[in-house]
Amino acid sequence: MAPRNRGAAEPAGRELLSAGDVARTVARMAHQVIERTSLGAADAQPVVLLGIHTRGAPLAHRLAGRIAEFSGARVPTGVLDITLYRDDLRRRPTLPLGTTELPPGGVDDQLVILVDDVLFSGRTIRAALDALRDAGRPRAVQLAVLVDRGHRELPIRADYVGKNVPTSRTEEVHVQLEETDGRDAVLLQRTENRA
Amino acid sequence: MRHLLATEGLDAATATAVLDTAEELKRTLLGREVRKLPTLRGRTVITMFYEASTRTRVSFEIAGKWMSADVVNVSATGSSVGKGESLRDTALTLAAAGADCVIVRHPASGAAHRLAGWLHEAGTSVVNAGDGMHEHPTQALLDAATLRERLGELAGRRIAIVGDVLHSRVARSNVHLLTTLGADVVLVAPPTLLPAHVDRWPVTVSHTFDAELPSVDAVMMLRVQAERMHGGFFPSTREYSIAYGMSEARLATLPEHAVVLHPGPMLRGMEIASAVADSPRAAITQQVANGVHVRMAVLYHLLAHEEEVS
Amino acid sequence: MTSLVLRGIRPYGEDPVDVEIRDGVIAAVGSDVDTDGAEVRDAGGLVALPGLVDLHTHLREPGREDTETIETGSAAAALGGYTAVFAMANTNPVADNAVIVEHVWRRGREVGLVDVHPVGAVTVGLAGERLAELGTMARSQARVRMFSDDGHCVADPLLMRRALEYSTALDAVIAQHAEEPRLTVGAQAHEGELAARLGLAGWPAAAEESIIARDCLLARQTGARLHVCHVSTAGSAELLRWAKGQGIEVSAEVTPHHLLLDDELLATYDPVNKVNPPLRTAADAKVLRAALAEGVLDCVATDHAPHAPQDKDCEWSAARPGMLGLQTALSVVIRTMVEPGLLDWRGVARVLSERPAEIAGLPDQGRPLEEGEPATLTLVDPDATWTVRGAELASIAANTPYEGMTLPGRVVTTLLRGRITAHEGEVLR
Repeated sequence: MAPRNRGAAEPAGRELLSAGDVARTVARMAHQVIERTSLGAADAQPVVLLGIHTRGAPLAHRLAGRIAEFSGARVPTGVLDITLYRDDLRRRPTLPLGTTELPPGGVDDQLVILVDDVLFSGRTIRAALDALRDAGRPRAVQLAVLVDRGHRELPIRADYVGKNVPTSRTEEVHVQLEETDGRDAVLLQRTENRA
Repeated sequence: MRHLLATEGLDAATATAVLDTAEELKRTLLGREVRKLPTLRGRTVITMFYEASTRTRVSFEIAGKWMSADVVNVSATGSSVGKGESLRDTALTLAAAGADCVIVRHPASGAAHRLAGWLHEAGTSVVNAGDGMHEHPTQALLDAATLRERLGELAGRRIAIVGDVLHSRVARSNVHLLTTLGADVVLVAPPTLLPAHVDRWPVTVSHTFDAELPSVDAVMMLRVQAERMHGGFFPSTREYSIAYGMSEARLATLPEHAVVLHPGPMLRGMEIASAVADSPRAAITQQVANGVHVRMAVLYHLLAHEEEVS
Repeated sequence: MTSLVLRGIRPYGEDPVDVEIRDGVIAAVGSDVDTDGAEVRDAGGLVALPGLVDLHTHLREPGREDTETIETGSAAAALGGYTAVFAMANTNPVADNAVIVEHVWRRGREVGLVDVHPVGAVTVGLAGERLAELGTMARSQARVRMFSDDGHCVADPLLMRRALEYSTALDAVIAQHAEEPRLTVGAQAHEGELAARLGLAGWPAAAEESIIARDCLLARQTGARLHVCHVSTAGSAELLRWAKGQGIEVSAEVTPHHLLLDDELLATYDPVNKVNPPLRTAADAKVLRAALAEGVLDCVATDHAPHAPQDKDCEWSAARPGMLGLQTALSVVIRTMVEPGLLDWRGVARVLSERPAEIAGLPDQGRPLEEGEPATLTLVDPDATWTVRGAELASIAANTPYEGMTLPGRVVTTLLRGRITAHEGEVLR
């Protein structure tokens, strides 16, 4: 699993998405969600957004905001920390736990849309599915990611993708958000000194 | 963190990290149907209790199981220990059998430290669940967790610890942890139940319970064994509870927000009045609940990750 | 018997001389000693002391030969520079009768490395209830002149009074292990700040001091001689200074470990540091060193106490108290008393040989290094150092608190009435 950057601003790389690009991408994703789930329609099934800690959480809130703007529907939003479900804990020093707060009303019988910043190996999502399973029984689970950078190690795919960014294994994709990093951007960086 | 042997020497950052983890675990498990986390799957935790204890042992067992560890309980009676096997041999046997972690409660002060030394090569972690009169670190952590919940930040708070401080590992562990976290501690006891040179501890000492009540944010009542009367520590249980018991009258003189804690088991009518134990100002059941989350957090910090060999 | 000439030794660390030894006696001392037909050994630079005398040692035989025997204990003593040791009575069976003391005495002679003097118990079975047959033991082959319940205190004041009175007819001394038992129930370590923090039940100084005070007054009352074992507190030293000032016939010993070690060592909970009386504070140790230099404490006695591994390799409260001491005593005295200038070598001779011999009434030990005196002496290399390894010591047990420590001074040769008993780390039977 890729390390989850917790907040510190990364050194500069090549900018893939500017702040404006990020905003437009999120808006487009919101429209996609509304369309596919028929949000706002009278007989629409209930949907909740669950952001994966760290950056998935503010992304989920932004999506909820855009969705409310475009459709009038208020989507309950929560945050899921997957630290306890990671498959690589033994190899790292102790990680502090992030907050898990299920959306008001829980996840039972809901369509849960997991939200994350970058989809890479798929292990984070797999851990999120395990965590979700212990939290309740959703009717269905979908996945929304801002960036899909390829190199899946598990049979996992996103339902809503903000941007597809083909990368090599020696590169890293860093998403920066106002809420966690002070600005919006998506950066591509070479990992020359990766051990 | 390789072992948890004592709160003495536990720095504020580590203690706070454990308490924060406990808080998150509590929140994560809230309302869940499946109260289980896979994090310690495949880890083997063995409890070695040389003193009878149901609540602490059960608390550790639940903590381990909720983290998906395999928990095995060894008690002193009816085992090889009853046949005279030494503490060291028992520990080495359990480590050789595959224990990743040994949780030990023992009547000898220093037993957990000695175990950590003997198990160093085997790489087994040791958690002190109470060694003689010395320390009971997870009790202090769950007390701190409970106080944080009820009072918010602990820095600057005034906590009274009342009773048989001399013989109490709970008192020692709490003095270290609370002062590390920035609280002021006042020990209240008759002179016979205070340790030698307690004036050199980072605490205030008082023999008059009533004088301290109006100014404290929490009162931690310690167990007092009635048998101590026979050692001349106090003349009678009546005189003790009149002077140092947490009565209803005393509860009324505590500030509104102040909380009453007790590590249990309680001797109702001796150190704490029945009505006080059952009042909403007492956080005793909360302590027990927090005990499980705190112990889960301790196991997480000890066992979930690869230890860097220092 | 041919004579032995030791060349260039320095008696009491003073100017080098040659010494001729013949028929167990110092035949000549000087710079032009007769070497015809003699075995000549070059001992240049070595300090010569009268053979060391230990008033307090545990040889564990009979009863705990898994930890030490009279033979192995004698070897340890000879290697440590000792020529006489007093073997305490808390064996199993207890040395409270002529049969046991005669066995110990005879066995010591058989081994022949040091003069083993059995100490007789004061009370039957060390139970503190009735007097043991002190007279019979005194008149036995072992000629017991020191009686002690060491390990236990003679706590009953009436019984202690009777023992003191009775001993005056035997020209003997009662050696008290000063510990008021009611004040030390369950005690584990010195009742001080450290033990309080570590949760170890305290052994208060007053438990030792109150008995010393009481017994000094009883000695005055009865006109008897009192000896106080292993003094450990500053308060005890104070009481002894007062008592001696009053003309009370009291002598006192201090162990090497109480001169060097203190309760800071408790923090590791390693029971190698567990001893009775316990290690006190650094401040106490400092007072004890000054008191020894001054003569308020008369002598150093090892309280050599071998213990089996299972009695030390456990949790503190389960461990037995006691430390080895015979082979490290002189080095510790050099470290604590000679190096800081509290004692010169004459002082060392006094506290490790002359005063103990005097207290015990030994006519042929602790004698001056002069012509006509017994050739019972110890040669020490004052500049050598050595690292203590319990496994390498002669005792069967290995419980030394100095494990891994490098100590000053090394015993090179020990002679008992002209016969070499130990040389360069080997015993010679």
